[in-house]
Amino acid sequence: MKARAFAYARPSSLAEAHAAFAGADGDASFISGGQSLVPALAMRLQAPQVLIDLSAIPEMRGVRLDGETLRIGALTRHAETLTEPLIRAHAPLLAAAAPFVAHPAIRNRGTVGGSVALADPASEFPAMMLAMGAEMEISGVDGMRRVAADDFFQDLYQTAIEPGEILVALHVPAAGPRHVCAFDEMARRRGDYAMVGGGILAERDGAVIVNPRIALFSVGPTPVRARNAEAEIAGKALDADTIAAAQRALDADIDPLDDAEIPAAMRRHLARVLLGRLLRKLETCS
Amino acid sequence: MNAPFDRPLGAAPHLEPGVHVGRPLPRPNAKRLVAGRGNYVTDMKRPRMLHAAFVRSPFAHARIVRIDVEAARAAPGVALVATGEDLAKLCTPWVGTLDHFKGMKSEPQLPLPLERVTWSGQAVVAVVAESRAAAEDACELVEIEYEDLPVLADLDTALAPDAPRLVEGFADNLCFRSALESGAVDDLFASAAHVVEADLAFGRHTGVTLEPRAIIADYDASEHALTVHHGTQTPFQFQDLYSRHYGIPEARVRVAAPDVGGSFGVKLHVYHEDMAVIGLSMLAGRPVKYVVDRLEAFVSDIHARDHRVKAKAAVGADGRILAMAVEDETAIGAFSTYPRTSAVEGNQVIRLIGAPYRLEAYRADLKVVFQNKTQTSQYRAVGHPIACAVTEHLMEKAAAATGLDPFEVRARNLISDDAYPCQSLTGFKFEQLSHEACLAKLKTLMDYDRLRAEQAELCARGIHRGIGIAAFVEITNPTPAFYGIGGARISAQDGAVIKITPSGEVRCLISVTEQGQGTEAIIGQIVADYLGVSRDIVRVITGDTEVTPHGGATWACRGAGIGGETALQAAKKLKANVLNVAAAILQAQPGDLDLVDAEVVDKAGGTVRLSLAEVARIAYFRSDTLPPGTDAQLTVAHHYAPSGYPFAFTNGIHGCHVEVDAEIGLVKILKHFVVEDCGRIINPLLVEEQVRGGVVQGLGAAFFEECRYDEAGQLVNGSLADYLVPMSCEMPDIVIAHMETPTRDTELGAKGCGEAGTAASSAAALNAVNDALAPLGAELTQIPMTPARILKALGAY
Ligand SMILES: Cc1cc2nc3c(=O)[nH]c(=O)nc-3n(C[C@H](O)[C@H](O)[C@H](O)COP(=O)(O)OP(=O)(O)OC[C@H]3O[C@@H](n4cnc5c(N)ncnc54)[C@H](O)[C@@H]3O)c2cc1C
Repeated sequence: MKARAFAYARPSSLAEAHAAFAGADGDASFISGGQSLVPALAMRLQAPQVLIDLSAIPEMRGVRLDGETLRIGALTRHAETLTEPLIRAHAPLLAAAAPFVAHPAIRNRGTVGGSVALADPASEFPAMMLAMGAEMEISGVDGMRRVAADDFFQDLYQTAIEPGEILVALHVPAAGPRHVCAFDEMARRRGDYAMVGGGILAERDGAVIVNPRIALFSVGPTPVRARNAEAEIAGKALDADTIAAAQRALDADIDPLDDAEIPAAMRRHLARVLLGRLLRKLETCS
Repeated sequence: MNAPFDRPLGAAPHLEPGVHVGRPLPRPNAKRLVAGRGNYVTDMKRPRMLHAAFVRSPFAHARIVRIDVEAARAAPGVALVATGEDLAKLCTPWVGTLDHFKGMKSEPQLPLPLERVTWSGQAVVAVVAESRAAAEDACELVEIEYEDLPVLADLDTALAPDAPRLVEGFADNLCFRSALESGAVDDLFASAAHVVEADLAFGRHTGVTLEPRAIIADYDASEHALTVHHGTQTPFQFQDLYSRHYGIPEARVRVAAPDVGGSFGVKLHVYHEDMAVIGLSMLAGRPVKYVVDRLEAFVSDIHARDHRVKAKAAVGADGRILAMAVEDETAIGAFSTYPRTSAVEGNQVIRLIGAPYRLEAYRADLKVVFQNKTQTSQYRAVGHPIACAVTEHLMEKAAAATGLDPFEVRARNLISDDAYPCQSLTGFKFEQLSHEACLAKLKTLMDYDRLRAEQAELCARGIHRGIGIAAFVEITNPTPAFYGIGGARISAQDGAVIKITPSGEVRCLISVTEQGQGTEAIIGQIVADYLGVSRDIVRVITGDTEVTPHGGATWACRGAGIGGETALQAAKKLKANVLNVAAAILQAQPGDLDLVDAEVVDKAGGTVRLSLAEVARIAYFRSDTLPPGTDAQLTVAHHYAPSGYPFAFTNGIHGCHVEVDAEIGLVKILKHFVVEDCGRIINPLLVEEQVRGGVVQGLGAAFFEECRYDEAGQLVNGSLADYLVPMSCEMPDIVIAHMETPTRDTELGAKGCGEAGTAASSAAALNAVNDALAPLGAELTQIPMTPARILKALGAY
C-alpha cells in the first residue's frame, strides 16, 4: 500500500513547527521516528495534508542531568536508551525496558517521545514513565507546560497533548542508590508487543519497601499504575505473604480488554504472575 | 537455529560420492542474491509500464448491486478501470476440479466477479495507472454498492442440513467427499483391548513468502504475443493457462520467472488478480505490473490446513495398533483452486494417516467444505502434518493405554525395514523405507534416556519439560498419477538441454525452477559429475518458457528426484557425444576414452589426451578437420518422466524437546531432532537447510500461525503484526541425521526432501507439549498451541 500524497515540512524551531501546524489548518501530523506513523500512512489509516518532521528541533534532542532530574529529549532514539550512560545510571528502568521494545531496526529510528506521545497501551516506555514518575514537557502556541505522568495518559491513544502540541522532553527523577527496580514482560515472540508487562521502581530501607510505583501495560486502554498493589507492599518486607496480598490486590487495579486471542481473564492471570515475578526480582538498579 | 555442520564430507557409506554429488557445496546463486544482484519481479521495470491496484470486497458474501467507476476513470494518472464484465470479454472462465476426484464441484471463476463476491478481500474492480500510488488513489473513488448474503464462516454452519448454499443450485456445501475402507474395521474395534480416541483441530494458515506474489504482463497486439514476468514456481503451467484462457497461441506466450523470493506452494495457483493483469495489459496495450502487498497477501494468497479430525484407534494389549477410523472435515474457500484444486490436502490427509505403521484395517471419511473465505490449496507438505499429528497423537494414547514408552510402541508398530516392497491400506506402494533404522538413530541422536532422566528430575522441581516424537512418510517424485490422470495440463516430466559452448564450458537449460532452495546448485553438481567437468564451468538456467524445454518445474518435491534424473541422463548423452567427437579427432575408440575434469583422458591409465575446450574449438570452428561423417552434436536434449512407482516415498522421524512455563502458557522449544531418508543425497548442506526451513514452518504451525476469522467471515489478524510467524529467537537448534535409501527407479536414486521438515515437526511438538503437561493433567488437541489454549487446558483462567 502507498500513502496518499502529502506535503512535507522540516521546521528548525518549535515556533516554526507550531506555525506549520497552524498553516495546515490542523490537517497535519508530526513525525518523529515514523515507526508507527509511516505504517499508518501506508495503510491509509491516516492521511494528513502535511507531515511536520520534528527531527531538526534542537530542544528535543539530547539527554542531560539537571540536578536531581534527568531530561530526556523527545527525539532520543530507542537504541540510545540501551547505550546512553546517563540513562543507564539515572533511569535504569527505562534501560531495562529498552531491549524489549521492538527489534533493532525499529529501535534505531523509533523515539522515546514518539512512543510516549502515541501512548500505545501495549508499549513499554509510556508505562515506565508512570513507574518513574516522569513529567512531560509539552510545547504549545502559548508556550511550555509540564504534565505529570499520572495525569498524562487519559484513554486509548489519548494523552494530555492537545492537537498541535509537541512533546519536547521527558523529565525523570534520577534514581539513587536506595532505588530498586524490575522490569519484565510476557510476549509470544521476542520483540512483540507484550501480552502483559510491567515495571516497578521503589526505594528500599533495609528490607522494607518504600514509595513503590508499579506500572503495567497491555492490561487496559492506558498504561496503569497498580495503586492497590503498591499499598500492599509499601512499608513492608517482600515476603511470600506480602507478595500474595499484592497479587490479590492487583485485580482491582486493572481492567483488561477482552479479545479472542487473549481473553481478559487470562490477562488478569498473567498480570498476577508477572507481579509476583517482578517483586521477587526487585533489586538495586543504579 | 543452525546446528554446526559436523557431518563428514560425502554421503552414506554404501554410496560412492562423486566429485560433486554428495558434497555440501554452497549454492552458486547465494553470493549473487546476498550481494543484492537478485532480479525479482517485484523490482523489475519495463518500458511504458503501468501499475494495477484492486478495489476489494469488504464483505464475505454479497451481491454486487451497482459499480460506479466514473470518478476513478477521471482521476489523475489513470489509464483504465476494468470491471468483471470488461475482462469476461477476454478471458474464459475456469473451474478447479480434477476428473479423478469423483463428484467434485466448484463454481466457475472469472478474473473479476460479475454479480457476487464470495470472500472478504476478493478483488472487484481493477484500476491501472501510471504509478501504484495513483492507482490506489483512484481505487478510493470507486463506489460499489453491495447487498448482504448469508455467510458461511465455520464448518458447522456450512454443514448444517438447512445451511444456505454457497452456490445456488448446489445440493450442499461440499466441494468433495471421499470415503476409504479396508479390512474388518468394526470387528477389530469391537475386539480390541483398548480403543483410544481424539478430536483434533488444525489452524488455517498461509505461506508468507518473503517476496509477495508479483507479475508483469506485456501483451503485444502487433504480434498477438504475451510476455509475462511472473514470480512463480511453474512457468509452463501458466504459459498453458494464459494461452488457453486468453486465446493466444501457446508458442506466443512467454512466461519467465526470474529470481523468486520463496514460494512454498503459494506461487503455483491461479489467482484472480494475476489473470486480470493479463487482460489489463491487453486492454491497455502496455505492460501492467501488479505486486500483492502484505495485507492483500493475507486475503488473497492461498490458505491451507484448517482441518477438524475425529479419530480413533483399536489397540491390542501388546500395544499394536490394529485399526484406525477417521473423519476429516476441512474448510476451504468459496471455490476450489485452479488447476490443482482444494481437495488434494484432504485427500492426502486420509491417505497418509497411519502410513508408517502396519495397520490391519482402516476407514476414513473426508468432507471438503466450502466457506466464504480465501481459497485454499497446496502449501508445503500438503496434508502430511495433519495426517502425521493424528497418527502420532493416537500413538501416544496407545502408549499411555498400554504403559509402553513412546519409542517402544512405535517399534512394535512400524513397518519393518525388511518388509518391502509393500502397500498401505490406502493404496500407497512403498519401494523401500527405513523406519526402524530411523527410530533407532533418533533415540541415540536425542540421547533419549538422559532426556527422560533429566525430565523426571526437573519435574520434581516444578520445571515441566516434554519429549515428543513423530514418524512420517512423505510423497515425492509424483508421476502423472497425481494431476495428469485428472485431466490437468500439469506435467510430471521434465526436460533439459545441455550444450558445450565454443570455449568448452557447459550450459544446462532445465525446466525445474529455483525459488531459493538450491535447485540450480544440485543440477549443476549432477551435470558436472555425469558429464565429467568441474561445477565451476557449468551454468544452469531455469525459469523461462522461451529458453528451457517444457516441464513440471517445482512442486511436491520433484526438483531433485525428477529434474535431477533428467539432468543426469542428458549429461550422459552429451558425454557420449563429446567422446565420439574426441575419438574421431584422436582416431581412438570412444569406449576407450573418458571425460574427467573437462579433459578427455584414456580410460585406462588416465593419460590426458585432449581438453574439452579443444574438442569444442574443433567442432565449432574447424569441423573441416573432422573425418567426413563425424556427427558432432555438442548440444543434447533429454526428457524424463518417472514411470515406476507412482510416487517415491521418503520417510523419517522427528523428536521435539520443550519446556512449558505452565504459569504463563509459553513454550520454549529446547531442541528439535530429525532423522530423514530422502534417498540419495545430492548436497547434504541443501538437504539439511531444506529440513531446517521445513521444521521452522512446522513449528510455526504448532505454536504461532493461524488465520482467524470472525462469524462475519472477516479475517481478524491479516497482518504480520497479528499473524505470527516463527522468528529466529524462538527457534531451537535443529539437529539432523540421515539415512540414505536410494530409489531404484532412477539412476540418480534421489527422492525429495523439501517437505520432510514440515511433515512431522508440528506433530512432534504437540506430543512434546502434551508430555510436559501430562503430570499437570492437561492435554492439548489443537494447534497452534497458543498461551491462551495452554492456560485454558491447565484451567489457569
Ligand atoms: C514491527 C514493529 C514492532 C514494534 N514493537 C514495539 C514494541 O514492542 N513496543 C513498543 O513500545 N513499540 C513498538 N513499536 C513501535 C515503535 O516503538 C514506535 O517507534 C513508537 O511507538 C513511536 O515512535 P516514533 O518515534 O516512531 O513515532 P512516530 O511514528 O513518528 O509517531 C507516532 C505518533 O506520535 C506522534 N508524535 C511523534 N512524536 C511526537 C512528539 N514529539 N510530540 C507530539 N506527537 C508526536 C505522531 O504524530 C504520531 O501520531 C513497534 C513498531 C514496529 C513497526
